[in-house]
Amino acid sequence: MLDKSKINVGDTHSEVVVEDLKRTQIVQYAGASGDYNPLHSDEIFTTKVVGYPSVFAHGMLSMGLTGKMLTNYVGDALLKKFGVRFTNQVWPGDTLTSKATVMSIREENGETLVDLNIETTNQDDVTVITGSAVALAK
Amino acid sequence: MSKKDMPIEKSHIMMFARSIGDPNPIYYDEDHANDSDIGSIIAPPTFTQASAQFDPDYFLRPKIDGNGWFGSGKEPTGAKKEGSSSGGDGGGAAMGLHAEQHFEYHRPVRPGDILTPETKPGKTWEKDSKRAGKLKFSESVTEFRDQNGELVVTAIGVGVQTEKPVEN
Repeated sequence: MLDKSKINVGDTHSEVVVEDLKRTQIVQYAGASGDYNPLHSDEIFTTKVVGYPSVFAHGMLSMGLTGKMLTNYVGDALLKKFGVRFTNQVWPGDTLTSKATVMSIREENGETLVDLNIETTNQDDVTVITGSAVALAK
Repeated sequence: MSKKDMPIEKSHIMMFARSIGDPNPIYYDEDHANDSDIGSIIAPPTFTQASAQFDPDYFLRPKIDGNGWFGSGKEPTGAKKEGSSSGGDGGGAAMGLHAEQHFEYHRPVRPGDILTPETKPGKTWEKDSKRAGKLKFSESVTEFRDQNGELVVTAIGVGVQTEKPVEN
């Protein structure tokens, strides 16, 4: 939970959200989310028909992993907004680190709201997600 | 219930949290959740994406008989080939990628909720890119309302159709 008496602009929080992403976790996400696009689980289709080097993660799996860092930082049920752009694909074997940075702190309708910048990068320091979030501080 | 209604169930929330590698007990442990300030299990912030499960016509799920599915079986794609293009309509369908996703949270999603999604098309635009040719973006805005008609989550998705696979 963000403590409004302690939080400052420029504060950061980062976490490794997945290490050596396994194809099986991508399959797990397909099953839980209902998105069975074969690009995420069917290596033969993805390489031979579409022409990618391998299957790759759902954007929403990367966003879900990023959201884990975010809720660990801001607390449960305190997010007001969370939005991302998927800037690069996430592949099996990737290790992702997600980071939140406090951009501003403001009062609105008697609540303290914190604007966060979000970025998730892979092991080669390539950005796979950029985004922003708004969370309630207590 | 309308035909796309999403009944929120705690076992589904647990499976979803596992799939994103999130061990937070607020997503599965009733004792922990009931004793917390929140008072019950809640769903992770991206959970409403799983509403696809409840759309009977969702095109990224094989039909019950498996026919017409564009993933591999005996052949690399089950899609009927048209003309000489290697991908057929399967390759075409698979060129759709998720470009952006935005959520606004009005209250937490809890087991027992029945969410009704209503999707409206948003903006569309085009852009040329070096890595994937011509890109066609389209936005959709989905409002998830609960059993009392109250807005719970607003989800804005942006999809992109690429001319060719993205070069990495």
